[in-house]
Amino acid sequence: MPAQIIQSNETPFNTVAIDPVTLEVIENALRNARIEMDATLVRTAMSPGIREQGDAFPLIADSKGRMIVGQFGSYIGPFLEGFDGTVEEGDLIFLSDPYSVAGAISHSNDWLVLMPVFKDGRLIAYTSMFGHMSDIGGKVPGSMPIDATSIFQEGVRIPPIKIWKSGEYNEDLIKLIMHQTRTPDWCKADLNALIASCRVAARRVVELCDRFGEDVYASATDLLLERNHRAMQKLIETSVSEEKVSFEDYICDDGMGYGPYKIRCTMWRENGRVILDFEGTDPQSKASINFLLNENMMKMFFGIYMIMVFDPQILFNDGFYDLIDVRIPEGSLLKPKFPAALSGRTHALGRLFDILGGLLGQKTPEFLNAAGFSSSPHLFYAGTDKNGKWFQLFQIGFGGIPGRPLGDGPDGHSLWPGFTNVPNEFLERYFPLRIERYETVSDSGGPGLHRGGNGINMVYRFLEPGVIAIHDDRWFVPPWGVNGGEPGARARKLLIKNDGTEIVLGNKLEDYEVEAGDQLHFVTWGGGGWGDPLEREPELLAVELEKGLVTVEGALRYGVVLTNGKVDQSATDALRTKMRDARDGDLPTFNYGPDIETLRANCLAETGLPAPKQPQWQTAE
Amino acid sequence: MSYRLGVDVGGTFTDLLLLDQQSGNFWRHKTPSTPHDSSQGILNGVTAICQEAGTSPSAIEFFLHGTTVATNAMLEGKGARVGLITTVGYRQTMQIARSFVPGGLAGWIVWPKPEPLAALEDSFEISGRIDAQGKEIAPIDEAEIRKILEKLKESGIEALTVSLINSYLNGGHESRIGALAAEIMPDIPFSLSHQVLPEMQEYERTLTTVANASVRPVVGKYVRNLRDSLRSCEMNGSLSLLRSDGGLMSSEKAEDHPVSLLMSGPAGGVTGAIWVGRNAGIKNILTLDVGGTSTDVALIENLEARRQRTTEVGHLSVRASALDVKTVGAGGGSIAYVPELTGALRVGPESAGAVPGPVAYGKGGVQPTVTDANVVLGYLPESLLGGSFKLDREGAEKSIQNIADTLGISLMEAARGIIDIVNENMFGALRMISVQQGYDPRHFALMGFGGAGPLHVNAVARLMDSWPAVSPVSPGVLCALGDATTRMRTETARSFSRRFNETDEAEVIGLLQEISAQTRAELMEEGIADEDITSQFELDVRYEGQAFEVPLSIDEKTLLEDGLKGVTDRFDEEHHRLFTFNMESAHELVNVRAVALGPELDLPAPTLEKGDGDPSAAKIRDHQLWADGKMQAAIIYDRAKLLAGDVIPGPAIVIEMDSTTLIEADCIGTVDPVGNILINLA
Repeated sequence: MPAQIIQSNETPFNTVAIDPVTLEVIENALRNARIEMDATLVRTAMSPGIREQGDAFPLIADSKGRMIVGQFGSYIGPFLEGFDGTVEEGDLIFLSDPYSVAGAISHSNDWLVLMPVFKDGRLIAYTSMFGHMSDIGGKVPGSMPIDATSIFQEGVRIPPIKIWKSGEYNEDLIKLIMHQTRTPDWCKADLNALIASCRVAARRVVELCDRFGEDVYASATDLLLERNHRAMQKLIETSVSEEKVSFEDYICDDGMGYGPYKIRCTMWRENGRVILDFEGTDPQSKASINFLLNENMMKMFFGIYMIMVFDPQILFNDGFYDLIDVRIPEGSLLKPKFPAALSGRTHALGRLFDILGGLLGQKTPEFLNAAGFSSSPHLFYAGTDKNGKWFQLFQIGFGGIPGRPLGDGPDGHSLWPGFTNVPNEFLERYFPLRIERYETVSDSGGPGLHRGGNGINMVYRFLEPGVIAIHDDRWFVPPWGVNGGEPGARARKLLIKNDGTEIVLGNKLEDYEVEAGDQLHFVTWGGGGWGDPLEREPELLAVELEKGLVTVEGALRYGVVLTNGKVDQSATDALRTKMRDARDGDLPTFNYGPDIETLRANCLAETGLPAPKQPQWQTAE
Repeated sequence: MSYRLGVDVGGTFTDLLLLDQQSGNFWRHKTPSTPHDSSQGILNGVTAICQEAGTSPSAIEFFLHGTTVATNAMLEGKGARVGLITTVGYRQTMQIARSFVPGGLAGWIVWPKPEPLAALEDSFEISGRIDAQGKEIAPIDEAEIRKILEKLKESGIEALTVSLINSYLNGGHESRIGALAAEIMPDIPFSLSHQVLPEMQEYERTLTTVANASVRPVVGKYVRNLRDSLRSCEMNGSLSLLRSDGGLMSSEKAEDHPVSLLMSGPAGGVTGAIWVGRNAGIKNILTLDVGGTSTDVALIENLEARRQRTTEVGHLSVRASALDVKTVGAGGGSIAYVPELTGALRVGPESAGAVPGPVAYGKGGVQPTVTDANVVLGYLPESLLGGSFKLDREGAEKSIQNIADTLGISLMEAARGIIDIVNENMFGALRMISVQQGYDPRHFALMGFGGAGPLHVNAVARLMDSWPAVSPVSPGVLCALGDATTRMRTETARSFSRRFNETDEAEVIGLLQEISAQTRAELMEEGIADEDITSQFELDVRYEGQAFEVPLSIDEKTLLEDGLKGVTDRFDEEHHRLFTFNMESAHELVNVRAVALGPELDLPAPTLEKGDGDPSAAKIRDHQLWADGKMQAAIIYDRAKLLAGDVIPGPAIVIEMDSTTLIEADCIGTVDPVGNILINLA
């Protein structure tokens, strides 16, 4: 049953003519309101994940739930379809269960608030925001157990409920929920922050309606959606071919010893619409790396990529959704069946962006970027300190940005919008640890005319015993290079005990005990390279050697010989000629590195970890 | 006879305002800037304005100056080559730059990453470590440091910075390195992060220290050059520069701490607005400083401008106190265009700048700008600057006609649309500093200045519902007025980072007294008598764990009377005003700060001759302009001939040498006793 919208005033909005100036003014005002949502959130949230790292996403939608401004596209449509309840003035809806909203949010850690905005008894808009909570209970600190086999192990699941029901606050409900988390203070503050942000945006929408009238406002948002539809239609016609193109990539493992998992997507244009078909994607995993992908969210990802790759001036909204058809096989990694575990979905989410880049750029290599999305690497560290105080760290790491048509990929930067690192002095002040190194790893970016960005090596010294967990990927299947560029280096985690013993840790690791004095080297992936590395200016390698970004050996991969920090021109010429001669035909558009079987065969020697085993499917086909 | 001279150097013009310290009479002057050596333009101006006032430069007691020299050096990458010494493992702090990539999802595809302000090849690591409680856990190795310093000396760096992990708690290692640097490379100036900014967060502290060092040689050279030029024309008075936070500092201090000058330019306008507000009896003001490429806005409450702890310059966010000035890419030169894919009407942020400038300026501009729209609508009469310069109305019309044709609307609709959109952008910026900070704009007046502020102030006041809209006396040189009328200021902050229940009143007061003595001593060194110095205290408070602090000003007496409880109560109140909720979490005292202020200028504004309310004597001619969807009859007045009490019904235009005020159709302008035009709804 779809949701029942209760309005005391059912007068429909009249469609009125909107002049281009009013349209621009309303769009600008909405964009400002969205910026205001972000600002409110950052200022009032408390968990480092949201306040320092910015792991939260706002949107403002029209009365039908279509996103006018925001980031990840609207989940409100699917939500309303599945919500067996009413939407009334004074309501504030709260939820976290991905299965109850068709994957609109994709793991239970994301808490979402949704506020219907009413004016004079009429529903005029929705404002909504979701953010990642540091802990929601469940079997491990951080609530993202890699080895979970069902969502019931991943902490509190909140179906769509009302915190505020027709203006009445349900305090007991919040008490009940906060009782489930290990970090109630952070969760309370972060939830308050999400609500405050939605309220700010709701106020702005009401003010806009006061200023222009509801009919003008509603007609303007319709027009904004239409405008986007038109622009995207043109883009699709010119940049997506009717011929089918496919691209596939992998999640390295599931943290339980199995992998890699394949994600495959085929794209073509048919009757002016784009089809994105995930047929050929592996079945769902027994563990938690499944990603319940909402079709609308995929449409938005696609739209944003189209815009960023081909024409960054367009502002995006939901208007183009009917131009895209997303097909995801039931029971696959991207549409797992309830109650499959979902908390480790970040890897597949990240991988989707690499796949989108590969798909869109295949026919237009000049627009193609290399691969660089590992995921968002997570580190958890929790325990009780000497004074009996519970500490719990959840931190997102960053790696190398891929080589791009524009130039080199930045070293150690974020592929996620607006994310920043937590200052190390902040970490040292508020957690029992020291950060002994915080630097990028030379040579880890894939060689290319435009090299991939280097990954980061962050070295933690733990000062209290506790448990850690690690979520990372791209440790087995490297980030690919393009247009002649080579793959970036893979991620790696190394624990050095007090006595000097070195232990290679898995990149998906749960509940691992550390002792005071242990040192963890948390090394992330390097971005893939773009273009022929033999075309890179040799002097650049000399400069980067001095900067500590490449080494003398690393420069050889560009065919550049550095002696005493200077380019040896004749040796470089000779080496480059030799390397060119050794090439077998044209450089490939994609360089994935060795095939899966070779990677498996060399895994232990190269990574220090046993090769993942071919997954066994849970679902009988 | 003694004078104060305010000088503001802009990209196109150098503005001067000379103030007679006895009578309050003033003279203003505008002269072309001389970008290759600003002191030349300044000297030209000084000579001219002294002549006008019938005096000589030797009678100038205070030379007060707002400058963008530091800002430009940073924006244009013309700062010095800076060497950086960091803790082992942290050489790449500036390269990683907190991993932040601007733009939304997939924004990384199109982001050109800027090079770090201190090049990686000039960055070195040393052993030695302080922990997060300020305790040394590994000593420094002097032999290693000497080796690095020798290497840096060879490298050709022009300034040295030292920024070590946790030095905000213990600067011992940094100081030792500084001492060694003084010995090994005595000619290279050095900056230590715990002195420049004793606050947590390694990236921000390092960036601020490096930025300071980077602009120091440029600023130093500029200041010394200016001082020499002024001395050569017998100007022997003191030379002070305007800080980003709206206070003055001696030019010597500015040479050491140029990072405090980054917002010096915009701060002048805000301090000018405060001076005007004080004389006009208006205490709450929103400022609207409209220039060629951008507009700066700020909020003044009870004649105090809001301050913030960061200064944004280009893509960098430096930790230095500044007035909370927001800038939007909306100005007279903002270009209007219609992108093909969306067919939307966009205005800015691209600007025609000073060259080629708007089409109407006839200097080769072809793209329609906001100024062109103002010309087409009749808001900017064809003759500007006293008739020496004629605007190309026909060219402006042609360029805007293109926009109109693309959109399928009339010429006037397109022009008015461009103005509406640019006003809306200004409105958006004003909302950010008012509504978004919990202020009700209806309790504020809106003051428009800069070349084009008075053209837009009426329309924007209507959007904000902020009345009156004020066109101040001499809107074109308000920054120079601000330079001339503000007071000396200095401040010092300390990180505290503890819960309120872990400290007490005595400890906080003790610390405040200590840093207060330090700031007072600084002003006394500048020659200000102890009894003329006012001290203020500020506490930055937040709920433990928040990223956002609320600065609360407090005095010792109140702190003793109400205790720390009084402080947390005030914080709760402020937090509720800003964000509509409070928390049960512990309160944390993040920073304490002491401010010392020099004496306030006590000078009456000269009054205007009182008229009979009828402005006819100032009428220049009849005119036509576009208002409410049609051409309407309007009158153009000469501002110099207006008298106090004159009432000007809209639509009307008031022109003066360097600015034009538009009074809209259903509004009335009133000239106040000191010459400001206050516009209200009829």
